Amino acid sequence: MLELRDIAKAFTEPGGGRLPILDIPEFVVQTGEQVVLVGRSGSGKTTLLHTIAGISRADRGDIWLDKINLAALSEAGVDKVRADKIGYVFQTFNLLPGFTAYENVLLGMTFVRGRKDPARAHQLLNRVGLAHRSHHKPRALSVGEQQRVAVARALANKPSLLLADEPTANIDPRNQQMIVDLIRETCREENISLLLVTHAPEVAKQFDRVVKLEEVNRATANVDAKEHA
Amino acid sequence: MSLFTIAWRSILQRGVASALTCLSMALGVMLVVAVLTIHGVLSKSFYSNASLGYNLIVGAKGGKEQLTLNTVFYLSSPVENISYDYYLEFLKREERAELLKDSLKIRGHEQLWQTAELAAITSSSGLEQLAIQTALAGERKVDVLWNHLDRNGEFGSQCDLVIPVCLGDYYGRFRVVGTTPALFNDLVWDIENNRKYEFAEGRNFQHHSEEHGYFEAVVGAHVAREMGVKLGDQISPAHGAADGHLHERKFTVVGILKGSGTPNDKGVFVNMEGFYLMEDHAKPVDDPRTRAGQPDEPAEKMSEEEMKRRFFERQKLKGQIEREADPDPLPTEQREVTALLIKTEPKQGFFLEGAVNKGKEAQAVAPVAVIVGMFEFLVKPVQWTLLALTSVICVVSGISILVSIYNSMNDRRHEIAVMRALGADRYTVSLVILYEAVLLSLGGCLIGWLLGHLACFLASPIIEVQTGFSIGFHVFGEPYFYPFERVLPSLGERIYFPVEWLIVPALVLLSILVGLWPALSAYRTDVAQSLGK
Repeated sequence: MLELRDIAKAFTEPGGGRLPILDIPEFVVQTGEQVVLVGRSGSGKTTLLHTIAGISRADRGDIWLDKINLAALSEAGVDKVRADKIGYVFQTFNLLPGFTAYENVLLGMTFVRGRKDPARAHQLLNRVGLAHRSHHKPRALSVGEQQRVAVARALANKPSLLLADEPTANIDPRNQQMIVDLIRETCREENISLLLVTHAPEVAKQFDRVVKLEEVNRATANVDAKEHA
Repeated sequence: MSLFTIAWRSILQRGVASALTCLSMALGVMLVVAVLTIHGVLSKSFYSNASLGYNLIVGAKGGKEQLTLNTVFYLSSPVENISYDYYLEFLKREERAELLKDSLKIRGHEQLWQTAELAAITSSSGLEQLAIQTALAGERKVDVLWNHLDRNGEFGSQCDLVIPVCLGDYYGRFRVVGTTPALFNDLVWDIENNRKYEFAEGRNFQHHSEEHGYFEAVVGAHVAREMGVKLGDQISPAHGAADGHLHERKFTVVGILKGSGTPNDKGVFVNMEGFYLMEDHAKPVDDPRTRAGQPDEPAEKMSEEEMKRRFFERQKLKGQIEREADPDPLPTEQREVTALLIKTEPKQGFFLEGAVNKGKEAQAVAPVAVIVGMFEFLVKPVQWTLLALTSVICVVSGISILVSIYNSMNDRRHEIAVMRALGADRYTVSLVILYEAVLLSLGGCLIGWLLGHLACFLASPIIEVQTGFSIGFHVFGEPYFYPFERVLPSLGERIYFPVEWLIVPALVLLSILVGLWPALSAYRTDVAQSLGK
């Protein structure tokens, strides 16, 4: 289960001032729950995912994942939890171009001690329908195939939380649904909590729980209020 | 997937840049390896030349180095000569007696005897008495002379082998060495392997041959190759300098030495008897006591004898002119030698060196000590300088690794951020960068090592001609590194290894050092910012 308490994050502006991005009193994703996060551009969706993953540290607050408070851990500790418990699917896939599809999946296991499981890498590639392309490098794969490899890589370590940052943004409509289905089905099968960011209403409407970030994030809610006024 | 695999893939990803970086390192290592290998071969050659087969050189007083360079390496300007009489002091009784047959004194007395015999045969009764007196006088004098000359040389008993050499003439740019057949017949130059000089073609020159008289020559392998000398060729040495006037006397080449890697590959060896008989090689004899046929003390009632003696001498001179192709040997009184190569028991050598150096006639040097001293003083600093220069090239190559990786960091920050997002900590991504530097360095080392040895291997025929040593593909030679020399003197001399073995660890260390900078850059990568790129 993911639980955010009193999370705040601000960026330093060029002039030296502080620009609040996140100010979330509470946000919870239950174990196995699939949540879609929507919001306008610049509302802090990616920053929130980064903060949950420990890629960025919050200025304040607690992030509990499976009863571990990431905010209380050292950077190395957060790295370890990220490697062990969090899968991340990027909007731009971020496959490493020098590695084959199989190796990219395996790379997801490389940074967890004792977690090298080639069989699972093959199994995941098979699951995303790319067993036959396992030895192809990313440039030889279509955009949709690349994202499927990215999904397989994110699931490689059997995470308890999968963060997906607009995973269908760069994909044609036919592949969009396939990717969404793939992510959702796999998370369901492995009881993985899913927090998926999207701009696409057709994707959002498929989820039982849709969270508008502005509703939980006081930092951007204030901005919205000012804009409306 | 190991971190090494990730690093290796990253290298492959930037194939051209990585290959160029690797090549730069390889060229540096190739130079170091080549310098070290040639250094090793040169050292081996130098020290091998120090194993000469003789342990003393006796020559004119002067610089030890000049005498050694001149006698062993046929380098430097020629030294002064020493007297033939002094040379005889290093010979045993029989050898002296043999050589003294060519003494004017002995010849003179032989002629005296002949005169007396002739007088006895041809004289009338009036001359008979004179003939008998003359014969008796001659006999007395010969006895006196033999009593004086027929003895062991002063140092004869201490010498196992004495080889005289006469220098000063040239054949092309090569030195002509007048010597005795013993140089090739008796001298074991490679003591370790019990090797004498061998002939690729032909034979050694003889003291006197039916075919060519005293005028036979043997040429070194290098000379034969460079000057195109073949068996049967006739060569005329140039007097005093490479561009000096050519002697009229021609020597017939009867042998070509097999390459030995010694300076003798570059020598032309002529029979010393022939060497003496070339014009301008006879020492003028001014001492009236040593004129032909003149005994040490004036004989009584010798006026008629003197007349007859002179007659026979003229006859002999005439005969000599008629038999120009095969003249008589030069009288010993008109001879000099440049140096003596002497083999003794080691202990005897020590005493002999001291004894000779005490005298005024000559100096004795132990060439091995001089050669080693010259090597340490002259050659080693040059070699170490070369090594230092090539090592700097290696360091520059190492820095090229730094530049290459550092330049790639901008492109790679995104990859590093992805790895961080997948759970790699800062140390892990830094380690990948360090591994990359080490792999590039190791690759460069290996390629450079192979290229260096391949280059030496290919250059082996040339090096072999120059030094006599062929280079295999994996020669680890001097210089050696003594890691415990100062720390544990008892172990210091026993534990050593070629400096070449240090190349790999030194360059790996260097690559780690130069890899630290880009590794630090990887360590500091802002993941969130880099993922956004």
